Amino acid sequence: MDALISQVRQGQHRAIARLITRIENSATAAEQAVIALYADTGKAHVVGITGSPGSGKSTLVNALAKAFRRLGRTVSIIAVDPSSPFTGGAVLGDRVRMRDLSGDKGIFIRSMASRGKLGGLSQATSAAAKVMDAAGFDVILIETVGAGQAEVDIASTAHTTLVIEAPGMGDDIQSIKAGILEIADILVVNKADRPGASRAKRALEAMLQLGHATRVRHHGVMMSSGAPAAETAVSDWQVPVLETVSTEEVGIEELAAAIVNHRIYLKESGDWFEREKSRSRQEIEQLLQLRLMDRLRTTVPENNHDRLVAAVAAREMDPYTAAAELFDQMSSTIRESEI
Amino acid sequence: MDQAYKPRILVGKPGLDGHDRGVKVVARALRDAGMEVIYTGLRQTPEMIVEAALQEDVDAIGLSILSGAHMALMTRIMELIKENEMTDIPVFLGGIVPNEDVLELQAIGVKGVFGPGAGLEQITSFVWDEVKEKLARDNA
Ligand SMILES: Nc1nc2c(ncn2[C@@H]2O[C@H](COP(=O)(O)OP(=O)(O)OP(=O)(O)O)[C@@H](O)[C@H]2O)c(=O)[nH]1
Ligand SMILES: [Mg+2]
Repeated sequence: MDALISQVRQGQHRAIARLITRIENSATAAEQAVIALYADTGKAHVVGITGSPGSGKSTLVNALAKAFRRLGRTVSIIAVDPSSPFTGGAVLGDRVRMRDLSGDKGIFIRSMASRGKLGGLSQATSAAAKVMDAAGFDVILIETVGAGQAEVDIASTAHTTLVIEAPGMGDDIQSIKAGILEIADILVVNKADRPGASRAKRALEAMLQLGHATRVRHHGVMMSSGAPAAETAVSDWQVPVLETVSTEEVGIEELAAAIVNHRIYLKESGDWFEREKSRSRQEIEQLLQLRLMDRLRTTVPENNHDRLVAAVAAREMDPYTAAAELFDQMSSTIRESEI
Repeated sequence: MDQAYKPRILVGKPGLDGHDRGVKVVARALRDAGMEVIYTGLRQTPEMIVEAALQEDVDAIGLSILSGAHMALMTRIMELIKENEMTDIPVFLGGIVPNEDVLELQAIGVKGVFGPGAGLEQITSFVWDEVKEKLARDNA
């Protein structure tokens, strides 16, 4: 592991690839890798790209990666596709659209299956992004299918979230999914060569205007600092709606510029650190939850646990009392073991 | 081997022929056998294939060549695999390959060659066996 870690720090592609595999296959490996590399992370600009299936995310990532290369940035890509809920297997096909990126040592692409995280992003995805960050990539693009939890997860993992729409899929207000305004830092109408693109753009802009007040409030709560500075800062960012034709690389320079601008905005407003804080808080709480559940399993005998489950199912006990009882058993075992 | 282990298999088509029906069927069969298939699509150069295999850290590489250019393409691919010290990754091939070429392909390190008559079951169990052997080597 140590040799692998130092090769990752040097940016060696083979080492990055192997470490990500280990992370995917073992929670212990993920823990070791993140502990070893965390001090080297925090430099990359993490950009999430989400949107309906087939809206053109991979084609856009391909074009965007080339634009960032022209700006002199190195780029790493994580493309997430869902695992089959029946067999656990997956066909990860995003690379098909990224063939232009081969042969460039300043680019690294990794396909990942969601592995049973109910559509959400796995712990492995964020750990893989940290590996890429520590390896020195300037920009990390994470593509994920815009469905339910993945969308929410990507917004809390990324500094900048792009939501991709395409005409014919979400070109009127009713069909635009609720919730995207809360997560989008930049809205993209891709396939602008198709009819209905400007209508989709206008609909999105109208929605943004309607949703503006809610957005500020929502982010104000999310930032949870209570400081008025954070709130005004958030409302200062005007979510742009940009049209692109990814297949022809039209509108891509403007999109890359908007992404760079968002980063500058985050840095200057202090929002960068606020986002890092809320991400860190969430991460710590998740890890703490996992630890507590582990502790529960090791401290409370399994038949005790089962007995309470059966009692709740049979309506002999309510779930609150059962949880309280388990919690008490766990804490008293921990106290005893400390004496 | 751990039942939950998800082998990662690169599947793609080097060369210029544009028929991807068969290779997509194989990709789905491997998925249905519980594997994670990285599908790279048509018209891949040998360089693209080996680069993708390295970045994706795959357990096996499956290629389809129907153009008849299998000897030239596979020779180059196996060369690149050697250069990149990736010879522990089993490579298998689907296509219409004359018997004498099969022997030559095996001589340059191709582990399996499947003709048009090969069943999906046969291919997936071949891949599982190769992956198990590779993992045993890795852990040794
Ligand atoms: N006309 C047109 N077609 C596009 C454009 N961008 C992408 N496409 C096509 O749309 C199809 C889907 O593109 P992808 O990039 O695979 O879309 P995706 O969102 O990554 O798809 P999933 O990963 O399967 O959700 C492909 O056939 C692309 O060639 C565009 O700007 N205009
Ligand atoms: Mg895609």
